[in-house]
Amino acid sequence: MMSPAPGQESPTPGSAAASSVSPGTQPLLQLRGVDKHFGAVQALYHVNLDLPAAQVTALCGDNGAGKSVLTRCIAGIHQPDRGEILWNGKPVHIRGPRDAADLGIEVVYQDLALADNLDIVQNMFLGRERVHRGLLNEDSMERAAAETLRNLKVTTVRSIRQPVASLSGGQRQAVAVAKAVMWNSKLVLLDEPTAALGVVQTRMVLDLVRTLRDHGLGVMVISHNLNDVFQVADRIAVLHLGRKVAEGPATDFDLQSVVEYMTTGSSRR
Amino acid sequence: MAKVEDEVGQTALDEEAEPTAAAEIAAPPEILAESLGQYIRAWGRRVAGGESGALPVVLALVIIAVAFEVWTQGLFLSPQNLVNLFIESMVFMTLGMAEIFVLLLGEIDLSAGYVLAVAAGIAGLLVQKPGPDWPWWLAIVTALVCSGVTGAIWGLLVSKLHLPSFVVTLAGLLIMWGVMLVILGNAGVVSISSRILVNQHVLYQIVNGNIPPVAGWVGLAVLSLLFAGLTISRDFGRRRKGLVAPPPGLTLLKIAFFVAAGIAVVAVCNVNRGSSLVVLAGVPWVVPIVLVVLLLWIGLLQRTKFGRYVYAIGGNPDAARRAGISLATVRTWAFALAGVTAGFSGILYLSWQGGTSTNVNGGQYVLYGVAAAVIGGTSLFGGRGKIAQAVLGGLVIGAIYNGLYLQGVQVQWQLIATGLVLVGAVLVDTLSRRGTLSGSATRI
Repeated sequence: MMSPAPGQESPTPGSAAASSVSPGTQPLLQLRGVDKHFGAVQALYHVNLDLPAAQVTALCGDNGAGKSVLTRCIAGIHQPDRGEILWNGKPVHIRGPRDAADLGIEVVYQDLALADNLDIVQNMFLGRERVHRGLLNEDSMERAAAETLRNLKVTTVRSIRQPVASLSGGQRQAVAVAKAVMWNSKLVLLDEPTAALGVVQTRMVLDLVRTLRDHGLGVMVISHNLNDVFQVADRIAVLHLGRKVAEGPATDFDLQSVVEYMTTGSSRR
Repeated sequence: MAKVEDEVGQTALDEEAEPTAAAEIAAPPEILAESLGQYIRAWGRRVAGGESGALPVVLALVIIAVAFEVWTQGLFLSPQNLVNLFIESMVFMTLGMAEIFVLLLGEIDLSAGYVLAVAAGIAGLLVQKPGPDWPWWLAIVTALVCSGVTGAIWGLLVSKLHLPSFVVTLAGLLIMWGVMLVILGNAGVVSISSRILVNQHVLYQIVNGNIPPVAGWVGLAVLSLLFAGLTISRDFGRRRKGLVAPPPGLTLLKIAFFVAAGIAVVAVCNVNRGSSLVVLAGVPWVVPIVLVVLLLWIGLLQRTKFGRYVYAIGGNPDAARRAGISLATVRTWAFALAGVTAGFSGILYLSWQGGTSTNVNGGQYVLYGVAAAVIGGTSLFGGRGKIAQAVLGGLVIGAIYNGLYLQGVQVQWQLIATGLVLVGAVLVDTLSRRGTLSGSATRI
């Protein structure tokens, strides 16, 4: 089957714009016709995507499908060459991580972006330290960090002042997520949150994702692991070679169809 | 369903409880311990696990002291020599502090030795009469500003143009060497040992002047009370608020250690090291001056955003960038502060020697500075280290230097001995990383 021309949506479940979102509620974030190329390489072709609040949207795609570039465009690390990003329906320009954070967008990268030599509190507040008369306000930061971890039901760390180097993989993921959500963030992007985790720790992280959704946050999970996707996702979007080939409620998909979209860009179902 | 999840949660707890053995080694013992006993046990496990902290350098100091004391038949630990040793070590300590600013970033500053020489030259020339005859404080400020600007230039080249700091500051070493030769001119010597010219005499007295013995004790008392007050109010305050705090016994032990070290220094310095006719006693002014700089830099690195960012960049530059930290700004400032601190050691050098000349071996000094930092426990790979470690490292270098000099050992053997100690220190740094800690693979 031929891949659709740029700018055209292939017929997919729920392909009409935003049809998967219940009418009347506006998606938190909308991408409209986003293009991005690096030199001769076109990484994204006219991508449209909706990320509603209080729902987990899974972004699937094979290696090189453009998941990371898309994430970085939302995070402000890359600027789209063309197209619009709408936040609560209004066009916005996200010129850097700081702009994204100001809107309420947080990204948890696959490598977690934690400084091993700093402790949990220091990592959670990195770049946004609380200051009192020019000096770091450690007491206030420690209390806030402890409260966030409690809200997320992360109870396994022994001391909040442990260096991150001494944490397990699941604990590190939890710290990275806690770091992302403690800023009244409204949308959290998780890049492969369960990669390299054992079964139990994966369950812990997926529970964490559900907790975020239950708190009303919009969540986008990028994952290769379709089992995890079907466990937590309310909506699924699939990228294939830089094009979004499918988007809709998770119930419209099954494992087989997602795999077909990921590998061929279309599905017979 | 809820029950299943509960069970999963429980299993998660059980599994997560496992890595605590590793955590106990990687985490500082004071944050996990509730009592002094627990602290000591946790500390013991840490040392056994390869995270030995300040232990090797303290042991090295004790071994060096005992060895030289025996070798020099009691001369080494005499009050007179100990004061000399303190004074000699000050230049190494401050150069070590300068290096720590950039080592924490995973960078290096090879120019610091000749920045020292140029700063000494500038300050010395500015108080000459006939000549500029500037006030002493203006001469110092000018020398420090020039050093800071120099450092900032290296910093800009490193952070904006992404040149390796090794090469930039190696070029800086040569440039500053040349600048030193230019400003000292044909004479090649500057002296500030005039007793009549106030501006020269003040500079000379920084290292060679002593605090009257009684004032020394009063100063120590005030300092001890301040230290005790601040430490107790912070540690016990955090404990009361339910925040992570060291066990009370450890807080008291820290204070006791501080007071004991202070008493030892003041007592040694207050012994008459002149003759029965000309009394020479008291703590050299340089000791409290370096202490103030030390406290300033500790405050800057541990209590401000800038310091936090220095550690973050050293630990994980990508994480720092994504947190919105301007790496270029922090790096440039760190190099500038390293420059200022190297300039400060230049002032100390000028005062100590009563002048300066084109013979200053800046290449050797900078390596002693790096050695002081590394021997003290600062990592060459960034992110790990404390400014105070330069004090211990500087003392080790000063002790070797002083002891071998006392024994009349030729300079070549001083170099070899210092080199061997440096290799030992790097070995400890590398082994502690490769040791038991390799369990947490992400450590560099």
